[in-house]
Amino acid sequence: MPIKLRMPPILRPQIGGAREVEASGATLQDVLDDVFARFPGVRSHIIDDAGAINRFVNVYVQNEDVRLGDGLSTAVPDGGTVIVLPAMAGGAA
Amino acid sequence: MVTISRAIADQIVAHAREGLPDEACGIVAGRDGTATRFHPAVNGDPSPFRYSIESRDLLRIVTAIDDAEEDVLAIYHSHTMSPAFPSRTDVDLAFWPDAAYLIVSLASDPPDLKTFTIVDGRIARRELVIS
Repeated sequence: MPIKLRMPPILRPQIGGAREVEASGATLQDVLDDVFARFPGVRSHIIDDAGAINRFVNVYVQNEDVRLGDGLSTAVPDGGTVIVLPAMAGGAA
Repeated sequence: MVTISRAIADQIVAHAREGLPDEACGIVAGRDGTATRFHPAVNGDPSPFRYSIESRDLLRIVTAIDDAEEDVLAIYHSHTMSPAFPSRTDVDLAFWPDAAYLIVSLASDPPDLKTFTIVDGRIARRELVIS
């Protein structure tokens, strides 16, 4: 079963306006690479120059924030769900 | 235009006051520009000058809004000592172009609520109606 990757509104234009794309891979890194190969414009929004997940993007595998787990090495089960949500952040200074 | 009931506006102000001395934050769900639900969130970066909706709260609330077939109408946060206008940080970290950014300033009495859209670094005032 394919993995579903759900995109936030800001990235939907990069994937043709859809809410989610199907992908394959055993780890989050594999799944993202599969998506980036088809939609190269998405990469810089999710991955920083050092190859890590962008500080202001939250990525969840099976509803768990990967930053609290194994990051890009997080295993993604067959038919699993990956959700990308940009931060809601700011402040007076 | 963003339309919010007096009850939800009062909840936002109450949440902002409860959060003092730090900024408070959350999400207002809506349909067709009208608020339907108020979702207070945990500030994962608690400070009088910063907010960041804590990541588990962010997923929980956005999923609930999706499941209810509502939209993220507004992302709100408080400015504890400064006016209700987006700061440089607010602009730099605005990643939700379809949502309104609602700022509640506690620097004035009564508190001042204003909404903006922030797209590609540009701030545009969005009319806020409290009815």
